[in-house]
Amino acid sequence: MAIEAVDHSHWSPLLGRLWLDALPQEPIVLATFVVVALGGVALVAALTYFKLWGYLWKEWFTSVDHKKIGVMYMVLGLIMLLRGFADAVMMRIQQSIAFNGNEGYLNAHHYDQIFTAHGVIMIFFVAMPFVTGLMNYIVPLQIGARDVSFPFLNNFSFWMTTAGAVLVMMSLFIGEFAQTGWLAYPPLSNLAYSPWVGVDYYIWALQIAGVGTLLSGVNLIATIVKMRAPGMTMMRMPIFTWTSLCTNILIVAAFPVLTAVMSMLSLDRYLGFNFFSNDFGGSPMMYVNLIWIWGHPEVYILILPLFGVFSEVTATFCGKRLFGYSSMVYATLVITILSYLVWLHHFFTMGSGASVNSFFGITTMVISIPTGAKLFNWLFTMYRARIRYELPMMWTVAFMLTFTIGGMTGVMLAIPPADFVLHNSLFLIAHFHNVIIGGVLFGIFAAINFWWPKAFGFKLNQFWGKVSFWLWVPGFWVAFTPLYILGFMGVTRRMRVFDDPSIQIWFVIAAFGVVMIAGGIGAMLVQFAVSIWKREELKDETGDPWNGRTLEWATSSPPPEYNFAFTPIVHDIDAWEDMKRCGVERPTTGFRPIHMPKGTGTGIILAGLSTALGFAMIWYIWWLAAVSFVGILGYSIFHTFNYKRDYHIPVETVEATEAARTRQLAAAGA
Amino acid sequence: MHPPEPRLNPPGRLFGPSRFLNQRTVAALGLAGMLTAALSGCNTVVLDPAGDVARQQGDLVIVSVLLMLLIVIPVMAAVVIFAWRYRASNKDAKYEPDWDHSTQLELLIWTAPLLIIICLGAVTWTSTHLLDPYRTIGRIDHETPVAANAKPLEVQVVALDWKWLFIYPEQGIATVNELVVPAGRPLQFKITSSSVMNSFYVPAMAGQIYAMPGMETRLHAVMNETGKFEGFSANYSGAGFSNMRFATHSVDEAGFAKWVGEVKASGKQANTGQTADAPLPEAPAAPPLGGNLDRAAYLELEKPSEKVPVIRFATVAPDLYGAIVDMCVEPGKMCSSEMMAIDAHGGLGKAGIRNVSMLEYDKNGRQAGTDATASPDAAVRKELAWVRALCRQIPGSAPDGTIKAPTDMRSLNGAGLAAPQSIGLGQQEALAPDAAARPAHVSLNSRN
Repeated sequence: MAIEAVDHSHWSPLLGRLWLDALPQEPIVLATFVVVALGGVALVAALTYFKLWGYLWKEWFTSVDHKKIGVMYMVLGLIMLLRGFADAVMMRIQQSIAFNGNEGYLNAHHYDQIFTAHGVIMIFFVAMPFVTGLMNYIVPLQIGARDVSFPFLNNFSFWMTTAGAVLVMMSLFIGEFAQTGWLAYPPLSNLAYSPWVGVDYYIWALQIAGVGTLLSGVNLIATIVKMRAPGMTMMRMPIFTWTSLCTNILIVAAFPVLTAVMSMLSLDRYLGFNFFSNDFGGSPMMYVNLIWIWGHPEVYILILPLFGVFSEVTATFCGKRLFGYSSMVYATLVITILSYLVWLHHFFTMGSGASVNSFFGITTMVISIPTGAKLFNWLFTMYRARIRYELPMMWTVAFMLTFTIGGMTGVMLAIPPADFVLHNSLFLIAHFHNVIIGGVLFGIFAAINFWWPKAFGFKLNQFWGKVSFWLWVPGFWVAFTPLYILGFMGVTRRMRVFDDPSIQIWFVIAAFGVVMIAGGIGAMLVQFAVSIWKREELKDETGDPWNGRTLEWATSSPPPEYNFAFTPIVHDIDAWEDMKRCGVERPTTGFRPIHMPKGTGTGIILAGLSTALGFAMIWYIWWLAAVSFVGILGYSIFHTFNYKRDYHIPVETVEATEAARTRQLAAAGA
Repeated sequence: MHPPEPRLNPPGRLFGPSRFLNQRTVAALGLAGMLTAALSGCNTVVLDPAGDVARQQGDLVIVSVLLMLLIVIPVMAAVVIFAWRYRASNKDAKYEPDWDHSTQLELLIWTAPLLIIICLGAVTWTSTHLLDPYRTIGRIDHETPVAANAKPLEVQVVALDWKWLFIYPEQGIATVNELVVPAGRPLQFKITSSSVMNSFYVPAMAGQIYAMPGMETRLHAVMNETGKFEGFSANYSGAGFSNMRFATHSVDEAGFAKWVGEVKASGKQANTGQTADAPLPEAPAAPPLGGNLDRAAYLELEKPSEKVPVIRFATVAPDLYGAIVDMCVEPGKMCSSEMMAIDAHGGLGKAGIRNVSMLEYDKNGRQAGTDATASPDAAVRKELAWVRALCRQIPGSAPDGTIKAPTDMRSLNGAGLAAPQSIGLGQQEALAPDAAARPAHVSLNSRN
């Protein structure tokens, strides 16, 4: 069977490579396009009809309030989760029917984009926004600060991440996405073998979003290092803040590598450099090394903050101090450092020598020691506790059981000779979904259920939360246990069609698991809707619905714009628990005007120009690239002349807000 | 395909004779049996392979699981027990809200995993070295060492878009999508690729190793059972990846000799009828597929195609594999070893700019080789002549007359230098048996 070659050589000065052949051709994409377009029009119409544009622009899009930015990150992550999950569903359907000569319903061009997009979206535009959103929302509250160190930068970071997501979504309908796998190994991702726009979408989406991630990392490090409340020494920081600090150190150290490797790939593709080509001494293996030098720390960037979440949740719902605080901190630091020493375990099978492979195999196993120590710490926090099984705690126990298995299969893959038989197999797929879903996603769900009342002033509906939980957790195991087994049967990843009909049943079971997960996601959306609908019943007036232990529970829910009228003073690790125990009185007089940063539209404008720049570069529309690049520079310079960056919340407003809070607390019977 | 009968992992398969642990002890744990029994309904080839190398690798999977279960099971049990016992509604359980430290426990939670990892680390270090795919195998199975004078069967493997080419240099034959090996004889695979990365994997035989263009990786293995097994690419390589599968036949020595004879005699394309029924892609007029695999036939074969049926070549150009690794099968293409030799001697300086177009290998991507075969590019040939003239330093031979008498001829004679020793460039490598494990100078091929 010959491979169909499509001619995309059209180029015009005005539109570059963009021409009619870029519009959706495949019926599935076309139908999706129509639905999304109609939905988009309806959304815009509704926002216009209800006159919400001004509200969104003023209160949200241009806001530099870390809480609002945090919520926007979470919304972005949720939307992209639906897209990434749709990709997963399509793959599962394809793989459960493509047997016995049945080609399934997706051709290679479409299927290969789907698995690439699934990986890229889930890591960069689901997990990262969720994690960054959580850190953004919680860290300043936990350390008793009024905002992050660089509030405008925070807004800009969010919009750059969103710009990357917008480019990925555009690729669905205009042109194509990469067909390379989520890390786009060359030579496949070089111009010779991926000649059209797919890999360029990949590069520019990651580059633009990467700017956001990196700057947000810088911002949060500065915030944690410089803006802690008096008395909060490093060893009194809440564990979530600790893990956030380590995550952001990892981000700042790792993301430049991604930026560099993407730049080199761009130079290869745009200017005929040969960093990673087969030619002129180019080394594709260099790319593989570099991308994993970023990629392995990346998985710890994702999981560490959730380790923090589990620590907070466990201590809170156990009604007990966290067992082994210092051991937890050191475990986090050890993981942070070791995460840079293991990258080669992603390609033991590329012909490295036995000593090199052994070294990286053993360093990988060594990481399981601090990780195991963390697990033991949570375990002993549960020892002699009074565990309240609210939703966050349920997710935490599910995590502890699921993640342990995922960790074990990870260590199996860390033994090079065992990896030779399991590498790239569905066993590997099952393993990393086991740790990413069982660790990162379960952690995010725990966090959403835990901190939702803080962000919105009402708890989430428990019934639908439990429905979601009981569909998600067994659903995960039904979906991924077959993949572990298929791995032992030598089935490799990224396959579109299969020969051996005897393995079909496992894919059908996995597809059933995905149906359960879909139910879990659906139930979660229902949970949000029902909770918003019945928010009066679920209202929390105290600001501290779980009997919390850290400072974010010391203020009202949702917190006032300025978080704390007076900066709290910290005497213990569990600062708020300590205040409650000592009966610290909430101050009701002596307020002063509060100095706050002012919102600005610069972030969204610069990100919009960056999207245009990325789009122009992808499609070779050179004039637009030049214009948008000059625009970015020009507007950035223009913004430096904006001197209206701050304002004071007048003392009357603070007094009124705090008086309302006093009445609220009194009414709640506190 | 394996017969679907349930097969328990016999205890004797857990490593060689008393290499790491007492096999019987492990078997007595019964957990290996449980694991295998749980999976016995399926064809878990990874845990129950037909080749000794894969068997040892599969055993490692089980040993590592057993070692880790030593800690995983107690931890998971403790999670469940604590979660139940210390639920808020159980007022009988002790409650100590301020208990947050215990030096003994801290010691335990750091050292228990550490001990397991020390054991696993030792297993890892040893097994990684013993099962290094570059190392020649020392045993046929756990009872039979490799005879001192045994010569491994060499198979040169080339991953093409999207099919596999197997060259048997000793026999002088080649096949596409059909690997036939004699059971019980050590096998040496030399693996490369024509365009992008793939991974050569026959789960029943041995673990995988990447196939990468311009580089050579190696794999040593042996088949202990006869039968038909699956082989495929385990690394995504583009649109035709899913169908990049090949049948691996393990046959006895007589059967292998018979098969070689058949391939040599037929000299024609033969369809075993087992791989696929699709006709050949765009049946090329000349050179014909089947028959002799020379450079022209290779360039035709190299063009992307999917679901290619088995093709057998009665003869094969002896220098073909070396040229593939060196990325210079195409007429007029400078070999990368020559390029490296030139560069190692200081390069061609500004003059080198002229030879760029003929050096490019990826320029046409998946259409590579098309032009060169159809109408060898005159311009490219001219470039080649120009560079060769430059390299030979014949005064006046370079068109722009820039060549001055060189001070050191060696620095410019790149094209005339002997090829680096690490690649055979067509000559069979006459490596001493002890050097076959991993010559120290293969850095060109596997950059580690």
